[in-house]
Amino acid sequence: EFRRFSLERSKPGKFEEFYGLLQHVHKIPNVDVLVGYTDIHGDLLPINNDDNYHKAVSTANPLLRIFIQRKEDADYSAFGTDTMTRKKNVLSNVLRPDNHKKKPHIVISMPQDFRPVSSIIDVDILPETHRRVRLYKYGTDKPLGFYIRDGSSVRVTPHGLEKVPGIFISRLVPGGLAQSTGLLAVNDEVLEVNGIEVSGKSLDQVTDMMIANSRNLIITVRPANQRNNVVRNSRTSGSSGQSTESSLPSSTPNILANFLQGEEESDEEDIIIEDSGEPQQIPKAAPTSESLESLTQIELLHESTQNGFLPSTEMNLNHSAGSVSMEYEVQDPDHKSLEEDGTIITL
Amino acid sequence: MRRFLRPGHDPVRERLKRDLFQFNKTVEHGFPHQPSALGYSPFLHLMAIGTRSGAIKLYGAPGVEFMGLHEENNTVMQIHFIPDQCQLVTLLDDNSLHLWSLKQHSGASELREEHRFTLKGPPGSPPSATQITAVLPHSSREVLYLGTESGSIFVVELPSFRVLEDRTITSEAVLQRVPEDYCNRRSCELVEALREHPKNPDQILIGYSRGLIVLWDLQNNKVTHHFLGSQQLENLYWQRDGSKFISCHYDGSYTQWPVSSDNRQPEPLENLVPYGPFPCKAISKIYWQTTKNGLPYIIFQGGMPRASYGDRHSISVVHGSQQTAFDFTSRVIDFFIIFSSDPTADFDDPSAMVVLAEEELVVIDLKTAGWPAVHPPYLASLHCSAITCSHHVSNIPLKLWERIISAGSKQNIHYSNMPWPIDGGTNIAPDPPQRDLLLTGHEDGTVRFWDASGVCLHLLYKLSTVRVFLTDADPNDNMNTLGEDEWPPLRKVGTFDPYSDDPRLGIQKIYLCKYSGYLAVAGTAGQVLVMELNDEDAEHVVDHAEADLLQDQEGYRWKGHEKLKTRDGPVRFEAGFQPFVLVQCQPPAVVTSLALHSEWKLVAFGTSHGFGLFDHQQKRLVFVKCTLHPSDQLALEGPLSRVKSLKKSLRQSFRRIRRSRVSSRKRRGGSGNASEVQEANAKFDQDALQEMELAPVQRKIEARSAEDSFTGFVRTLYFADTFLRDSSRHCPSLWAGTNGGTVYAFCLRVPPAERRMDEPVRAEQAKEIQLMHRAPVVGILVLDGRSTPLPEPLEVAHDLSKSPDMQGSHQLLVASEEQFKVFTLPKVSSKLKLKLTALEGCRVRKVTVANFGSCKTDDYSENDLAVLTNLGDIQIISLPFLKLQIRYPCIRKEDVSGIASCVFTKYGQGFYLISPSEFERFSLSTKWLVEPRCIVDVPEVTSNNHIHNKSGMENAARKS
Repeated sequence: EFRRFSLERSKPGKFEEFYGLLQHVHKIPNVDVLVGYTDIHGDLLPINNDDNYHKAVSTANPLLRIFIQRKEDADYSAFGTDTMTRKKNVLSNVLRPDNHKKKPHIVISMPQDFRPVSSIIDVDILPETHRRVRLYKYGTDKPLGFYIRDGSSVRVTPHGLEKVPGIFISRLVPGGLAQSTGLLAVNDEVLEVNGIEVSGKSLDQVTDMMIANSRNLIITVRPANQRNNVVRNSRTSGSSGQSTESSLPSSTPNILANFLQGEEESDEEDIIIEDSGEPQQIPKAAPTSESLESLTQIELLHESTQNGFLPSTEMNLNHSAGSVSMEYEVQDPDHKSLEEDGTIITL
Repeated sequence: MRRFLRPGHDPVRERLKRDLFQFNKTVEHGFPHQPSALGYSPFLHLMAIGTRSGAIKLYGAPGVEFMGLHEENNTVMQIHFIPDQCQLVTLLDDNSLHLWSLKQHSGASELREEHRFTLKGPPGSPPSATQITAVLPHSSREVLYLGTESGSIFVVELPSFRVLEDRTITSEAVLQRVPEDYCNRRSCELVEALREHPKNPDQILIGYSRGLIVLWDLQNNKVTHHFLGSQQLENLYWQRDGSKFISCHYDGSYTQWPVSSDNRQPEPLENLVPYGPFPCKAISKIYWQTTKNGLPYIIFQGGMPRASYGDRHSISVVHGSQQTAFDFTSRVIDFFIIFSSDPTADFDDPSAMVVLAEEELVVIDLKTAGWPAVHPPYLASLHCSAITCSHHVSNIPLKLWERIISAGSKQNIHYSNMPWPIDGGTNIAPDPPQRDLLLTGHEDGTVRFWDASGVCLHLLYKLSTVRVFLTDADPNDNMNTLGEDEWPPLRKVGTFDPYSDDPRLGIQKIYLCKYSGYLAVAGTAGQVLVMELNDEDAEHVVDHAEADLLQDQEGYRWKGHEKLKTRDGPVRFEAGFQPFVLVQCQPPAVVTSLALHSEWKLVAFGTSHGFGLFDHQQKRLVFVKCTLHPSDQLALEGPLSRVKSLKKSLRQSFRRIRRSRVSSRKRRGGSGNASEVQEANAKFDQDALQEMELAPVQRKIEARSAEDSFTGFVRTLYFADTFLRDSSRHCPSLWAGTNGGTVYAFCLRVPPAERRMDEPVRAEQAKEIQLMHRAPVVGILVLDGRSTPLPEPLEVAHDLSKSPDMQGSHQLLVASEEQFKVFTLPKVSSKLKLKLTALEGCRVRKVTVANFGSCKTDDYSENDLAVLTNLGDIQIISLPFLKLQIRYPCIRKEDVSGIASCVFTKYGQGFYLISPSEFERFSLSTKWLVEPRCIVDVPEVTSNNHIHNKSGMENAARKS
């Protein structure tokens, strides 16, 4: 079911009132629903309190797309970064069966209520002594906030122990993304950056690689503190001594490479401004999934009315099985200038 | 990366790649950095120069050159050619001797090191006992006499370097018959000079540092004459007939000594201090050359009055009443005189003096009155004034080439007409495939035009932009205003002048249109000059326009340098490129990019503040665009805060070059031992590791943001006739790329030729692309419907290129420091990309389109991107599919100034500075290869002289 109505941007009111309004508009007063919206990056994010409700309204540009789901058949995994674009990456999902899907969801709290800032990935394919950390710089204002340095580490080779040069994390900036995740620590050795081994590369090269990947940075480290390692079921903790692990070749580069290929397509979209007009993301020249792509686009409405309200809402009834989707727009008297500044700054 | 290295490529493509690409460092152009020794073979007519980094370079006729490198990388102290042979001996500062020879190999001569040798004394003797100070290759070609610090003279056999111990000349033997009162323990310390008698190979003259000179008879192993000099000795020289010799001394004097059979202890004939009576500096080398007319040439180095001219680097030539002290711009390393080498001639009849100074080579014609300088065909001092930028133009039309040469010849009238006197060897390299120009911009505001077609980089023409501006230095202020009766009679020679009057004059960007002869030159203080080639001298006013790149931005204050003041009224320009319009950027920041379109008569320029377009036909500014980010305070205020760090880093990088540039030299001829290399690498790693542990350096990892400094810095400008607005109509366009990853595209409307002066050129911004990775944009290129890069302006008009395909859709290639991206046009959608930094950690420093021809089939050629990264690697990337083809290590990554100086040609060659004064030339192409290829033939040896020597030697051997 598809509804369209307007709200006053300057006075959005409280979430409770909005929730009530939604129930009223859709005539479902006693049904518990999950409310979500697509943000400017095309991610589906939840609305369940005053704060994220206000945030959602403020990002309306000028149209805000709201999704409503019945709570009992809700798919929590739908929320989060890349949720809207991920569907494109069928390949990556096939290759990474562990990724989000098919696992029964044990809901402890509501992790979906938050945007992920970091994650540990590929636990199953990495040696226990290694940790692959993904930092989502995308969409947060926090600086990555860490420093790396040269150093030396000991490797086990066929010729015995050998001292080799390595790259280490040297400092975490308080309040930075790296520190706030708690997944990286000073003196952790950096082994890979987005699937590329750093051995044989200089500090400057690794720095450039990390910065070039900064929007979606995946670092594989050997933590200095090996006590918090993930222990796999098949092994006892005693077997994961440090000495045996360091010589393990970095595993499954192919899987990672494929995964990265799938991933990288969405990680950066250049912006084009035509004829001094509106900034837009640059589309792919040969789109493979036209229909899905349309979802990710930011809808821009140029013909604004003067008073900030649309006189009436168009109604678009379109009942589908369980979910109700709805579009509505927030009009803003000076949205034009806001758009131009806004997009250049945030995209 | 991994994607492209996967097995299972196309074997056909692999084979084609082998026919297209090949990496070679072919020749070093310019003047060797830090020369330390000079040698000359009057027999081969070859000159040899040794350097402090252990390189040895041989030069003969233009195009004849050889290079060798001592593995030790030690300073070359002395170079001696073996008489009448294609061999030479070098002495390094580690006291090792090296025998090099020129051998023919597959049709061309090659320089190879044959043997090395270090003189060893008896066990327990001090190192000075074997420290070599003087080397004399005997005319018999079979032995070397080695004078040492201890005063002993050792004899070694050639080429085996076997020491003939029984023939050693000890100081005891020498001192036997010296008068008691003269003789003391130290009179035989340190052999300063060894000279063979010009007529009698059995006699050698030995000069000791303290002043004692003896004539030694090799047959009888005894002293025949003692010459009791009282002054510290510097050098010796025989007169041609062997009846007299001349000695020069530390106190600035020289002495003539007679040699006759009856007098065993001769008195000096003449003792003279040429620049006395006040204390003078040492005369370190002297020549006494006889002539037919009787008046000798006396040529000596140094000897200037200590107090007033002690700092001059001079060589004086005295011929009768004529005397000139040539005053060189840098320290004189060594010099030699070219004179009649025919042993049967009665007189020396010197023709030329060749002087190796620290920064340049100067050759003086001694036959022409006034002793003018000879213009060297090679060994040009590229760094006369520091090089600030370079620009290469391939395939110059003959007409322009001739006009440039004729403009240059008018500048060279003060040079001698003498043919180049060092003319050994034969150049057998094929003629250069085309006429190429290399333009270098210099700190003093000059642009030099070099003939870069062949092995000899040769100065064709020098353009100065200084005339347009008012500078502190008066151009008429001549340093060389000494009157007739000035004493000493100094005369400045040479062109090396590293002192810039005003750093703002420095040239930063050059763009030459080879078809129209238009030249645009931009400098440090925001000046952009457009010039036209004029074959006559002319006097005219240079039009002046200002481009305010800040536009309406307010509240900013430029704290950098001021713009240059211009001269009012008409200015006189000599024939050549003459400026007709000056566009002054405001603020006067360094011009960072420049493009010229000679067909549309437009010039585009960019600084750290923005860019502008100027119509040089109507002399009207078309538009300016400010690219500054409002928060970029640094760019606004000027370079003051950056100057220090930049200078420092430059200095450091130069130091780095100096320290380790030897390691970058190729080892030609020497077979690099693999295990040795590995060992060295292992050692290097070890050292690097230790260094790391000592000083931990850390790097901040942070995403680039729009607020970073210098995002508005305009890195590249590009003109294209393409589909910018819609796919049905193409139009002229201007593209600009910034440091912050933004690309601006402007649609231009250029009036047709018949109304070109009546209607203004209009521009309208059509597109702005913000690359998400925000890396600096270093190159922009439009590919036509056949995926071929658009031709240069006027190229089609001159029938030198197919007209571009305007039917198929065009594509835009944007090269940033981190990746390459292809977009469709006119609707910009991304099509392809190649990530470099994210995968390899390297960044693009230079990128250009190069045309590669196949060495197998004449009709096949393709366009690829040639890329130089910050690691010093060169990569070739295919167009339009952006596949990495091949990668070659080229420059050491520490050599920042080498990487910054690199310039590619349109046909897959390139140049980069290996020192402030030398360009290394390299080639990526199998087809276009410019490298020295020459033959040195052994001339017929004058037989009687040879036999005489031989028999003399045999006698000596039999007797001993």
